[in-house]
Amino acid sequence: MPPIIEVKNLSVNYGQTEALKNVSFAILNGDFVGLAGPNGAGKTTLIKAILGLIPVSSGSIDILGNKLDKFNNWGKIGYLPQKSSTINALFPAIVNEIVILGLLSQKKFPKRTTKNDQIKVNNILNDLGISDFKNKMLGELSGGQQQKVLLARALVSNPEILIFDEPSTALDPNSRESFFKLVQKLNKEKGIAIILITHDTGYIGSYANKLMYLDHELKYFGEISGFCLSDKENHSFERSGKHIIWHQHN
Amino acid sequence: MDIINFLQYSFIQKAFLAGSFVAIVCSALGLFLVLRKMSLIGDGLSHVSFGAIALGLFFGIYPFYVAVPVVMIASILILKISEKTKIYGDSAIGIVSSVGIAGGVILASVSHGFNVDLFSYLFGNILAISNIEVILSIILSIIVLLVIYFFYWDLFSATFDEEYAKTTGVKTNFINILLTLLTAITVVLSVKMVGIMLVSALLIIPAITALQLAKSFKMTMIIGSIVSLISVLLGITLSFLFDLPAGATIVIINALFFTLVFLYKKLSNSN
Repeated sequence: MPPIIEVKNLSVNYGQTEALKNVSFAILNGDFVGLAGPNGAGKTTLIKAILGLIPVSSGSIDILGNKLDKFNNWGKIGYLPQKSSTINALFPAIVNEIVILGLLSQKKFPKRTTKNDQIKVNNILNDLGISDFKNKMLGELSGGQQQKVLLARALVSNPEILIFDEPSTALDPNSRESFFKLVQKLNKEKGIAIILITHDTGYIGSYANKLMYLDHELKYFGEISGFCLSDKENHSFERSGKHIIWHQHN
Repeated sequence: MDIINFLQYSFIQKAFLAGSFVAIVCSALGLFLVLRKMSLIGDGLSHVSFGAIALGLFFGIYPFYVAVPVVMIASILILKISEKTKIYGDSAIGIVSSVGIAGGVILASVSHGFNVDLFSYLFGNILAISNIEVILSIILSIIVLLVIYFFYWDLFSATFDEEYAKTTGVKTNFINILLTLLTAITVVLSVKMVGIMLVSALLIIPAITALQLAKSFKMTMIIGSIVSLISVLLGITLSFLFDLPAGATIVIINALFFTLVFLYKKLSNSN
């Protein structure tokens, strides 16, 4: 079975600025990878490159054994963007309409919704315990509830990997805790691989089984325990990695 | 005068028919434009249509035949300027629309002959709509509505969250071009009805009225279309009965609907 995502020697430049340099890694089935690094280290750039949202300068990205430019089964990848950048509280859409958007990747022109789509939407809303919100406007929901709606949108196409870009930014501590638990449950019970960008580095060790530490280059990728035990890597992280290291040793 | 007699006038029938189609198209498209913060593209393109109509009159070509392609090209130009250069979208609209107006004024000045015709387009008059304009309005409106119907989910997804839409295979660049071209066609259609000066009102006001009452995206689109349709039909009727300018009457009724709905929402929220 090929890796779900395999990145080889990936470099991304924004003009003269090198956002990513020679990054290589593979995400396997069932992985839960925490993606950490300082601000501006290239974390979101990496995610956007994987999702085909930005051009890469060199290197290759394979998804489910297919080259990125040939890959078209986007339903296998669930994406949850950074919430604060995507939600317009005034947008007149109800939860049902938003979750259906997750099924568009499986449709050909002219894209129409079917009864089967509605069943899938109902099922995922039930699974996440938000079926009561089906006909509510997104702007009427709390931050945690909105995040679950976007998660439902990412899950409705039955993906093999979920990619989160700082999902806990707009959540209060309780919502954040329950959200991370839910993501872990999806990883363990449904076997969905996870890549999760977060600044909550203290949380990563509790939920993820692998850590990717990025600072334009890939500084570390592997088991979290291995990360903590490596003196050489600890040295290279210096201040940026201190919180993770501190957390792990406690 | 009873309503039956009123409806027997062929110019009223033509105005109702063309106005109904254009009203629905404007509100449906306007909702996407308002939510994408592109409301003023209608205003900019209507200014371009002034130049395009002047061009048509200058060369003795039926103005609509010139205005449709010229305004479509201008709409793509606005899109590309804002995408490919470091110029903001509203500035791009400003550049293209002012060139349109300037071109129209120069052509009018040079020709010395069609100023009256040209300036009649500034405020429109749907009661004077010709048979060919009715047919064009209906055909182009149906085309716009069919495109919205077939690309509904792509338009919705790209409007709600363009980046996410890309990850589900929505060709957002294509959708942006499509929306811009549809806006260009709709603006030209609306010029005859309310005039160049008031086109953007038809695109914006029904949509923001419907947004006050929004219960879902689909319902918002339907409510906007109903508000727009009633405004146009009522506006045409009142303009005929009280000898008022049709375009301005339609816009004022739209604005009254918005004010009523806005006040209703304010009062119901405070209770």
